[in-house]
Amino acid sequence: MAVYEHTYKQYLGKLTPEWSRFLVIPRHAFRDVFKSKLFTAFFIVCFIPLLIEAILIYLHHNVNALAILKVNVRELIPIDASFFQTFVNLQGTFAFFVTLLVGPPLVARDLRNNALPLYLCRPFSRTEYVLGKMSVLLILLSAITWVPQLLLFLFQSYLEGASWFVHNLALASAIFIGSVVWILLLALLSQAVSALVKWRVIASAALLGIFFIPSVFGEVMNHLFLTRWGNIISLGALIKNVTAGLFGTFVRASGRFTDWDGRVGHEIIVYEPPLWASWFTLFLICVICLALLSRKVKAYEVVR
Amino acid sequence: MALAATVQEQVNLKDPANFAPVIDLNDLSVKFGQRPILQNLRGELRGRAIGLLGPNGAGKTTLIHTLLGFHSPSSGTAHIFGKDITTDAKQIRSLVGYMPERDSYIAKMSAVHFVRLMAELSGLPSEAALERAHEALFYVGLGEARYRSLDTYSLGMKQLAKLAQAIVHGPQLIFLDEPTNGLDPPARQRMIRLVREIRDSGKANIVLSSHLLRDVEECCEEILILKEGRLAVYCNLEDERKSNRKFLLLETRGDQDKFAAAVGALGCEYALTGDHRVKLVLQEGIEVRDLYRIASQYDVQIRRLSYKRDSLEDIFLKAMENGHGGL
Repeated sequence: MAVYEHTYKQYLGKLTPEWSRFLVIPRHAFRDVFKSKLFTAFFIVCFIPLLIEAILIYLHHNVNALAILKVNVRELIPIDASFFQTFVNLQGTFAFFVTLLVGPPLVARDLRNNALPLYLCRPFSRTEYVLGKMSVLLILLSAITWVPQLLLFLFQSYLEGASWFVHNLALASAIFIGSVVWILLLALLSQAVSALVKWRVIASAALLGIFFIPSVFGEVMNHLFLTRWGNIISLGALIKNVTAGLFGTFVRASGRFTDWDGRVGHEIIVYEPPLWASWFTLFLICVICLALLSRKVKAYEVVR
Repeated sequence: MALAATVQEQVNLKDPANFAPVIDLNDLSVKFGQRPILQNLRGELRGRAIGLLGPNGAGKTTLIHTLLGFHSPSSGTAHIFGKDITTDAKQIRSLVGYMPERDSYIAKMSAVHFVRLMAELSGLPSEAALERAHEALFYVGLGEARYRSLDTYSLGMKQLAKLAQAIVHGPQLIFLDEPTNGLDPPARQRMIRLVREIRDSGKANIVLSSHLLRDVEECCEEILILKEGRLAVYCNLEDERKSNRKFLLLETRGDQDKFAAAVGALGCEYALTGDHRVKLVLQEGIEVRDLYRIASQYDVQIRRLSYKRDSLEDIFLKAMENGHGGL
């Protein structure tokens, strides 16, 4: 089949290992994603908070720089669990917007153009397809969340000393687990929505809706019933609680209301849903997403 | 002795009956819910190019999809090159190429990028995949348009791009599902020529599913006709034609009934079709001159005599009338 020969010939060369073939999808997807200058610019912007984080860590340990800037070290934000948690949450927000830009067309485009049979008629399973498509997001989001955060954690450990590293290892695991749970949830949700809705714009709108509509509804429930259980349907609140639990900053009693009975006011303390409930809800969402993907990612849909 | 053995070996190799079957159907049945789609398909398909025929809804596409592992058999199984479709699906898929019936492509991608991606998914390393993608696109005639986005391709070009992705990894068996769908005559001719070239290269077997008898007639050596999910006919097209060489169509004047009865007395099957026409099948040992002798005996004129070879259309229509057959 050589260009000059114009004959059909078989391929007799080496083949790539089967386990690595799902990585073909993200490699080709990145080429497409980074074609957009707008996205590339936004992706660079995602690193700005990390740069600020690095500068703050550096300033904490550089007396000369503090003297030049005439800043007292005590006036700076302390480098502790809350410091890392804040940046994990901030990068999580950026990760959401990256997902909104990259996630919706990944599966939707293939479904709209009947491309799934082309993938699945090869030695390439449905699981590998989903894994490949999810890897696009998992790799991109890892690059702006836990990977740089852990590098900054190591940077702080290097400047602070080995004992700080040993005493704060739990922070590293919180950074890693908190970020991974969030990006896994984003990847699964966006893929499930993408598989359900064949049009990119509608898929993006649906993804936004999934995040914001239940949050608003949950907040309304919280105010109407003087509770915090409405947060159980808010993905943002769920992940916030889970991350707080991992960083050890979770407090169940999160608010007080004054309930007026005539002229007498009763103070009511409201409690966040327990951590296990948040974890369970996130797990349930992931299971539903996987079930949806398993139902929709097929070479052909069978009409029974 | 050694020479004789070698010659015998070569003779054996040339005989398709000595090859391992390309597809071996073992009571293959497929149901969608309670609806049977394929029912107890059985047989060994050995041809270099096998035409899959049948009216709409006969189960042609479902058979291809089942062989590719897209649907699970409800009972029975099938083997491709000796590998079981239920247990060795992944191995089978590395040996086959598939050109789907429907418009299938990846949007916002150039043809060369698309074909390269498909090659890489089949396991080719990146550089080899790129090289083969260029070759495949040149081979199908899209060389000059290979950097254009697939979204801008015409229907005919998309069909060729689908063929390119099906052959880029050099499969041993290629499933072509309605490859000439929606093509204008020159594009159809080009597609048929490509299919025949691949068949004649001897490096890949082809299963061509089509409802266009002409496509199958031009490309395939063997045909498998499905009717309502059952196997109606599986035959070698050339053998079938040869077996019908003694099928004659006569136009006569005179006492047609007596003439026909006399021919029937010789053991020939006949049918009077009106308009002075007689269809008959000559038996072994009966020659055309015997017919002229009988005609002269009964004072019947034979105005026209033609050999009628069974066309694929005849075989197909016969299969549709007769119902279920077997190998």
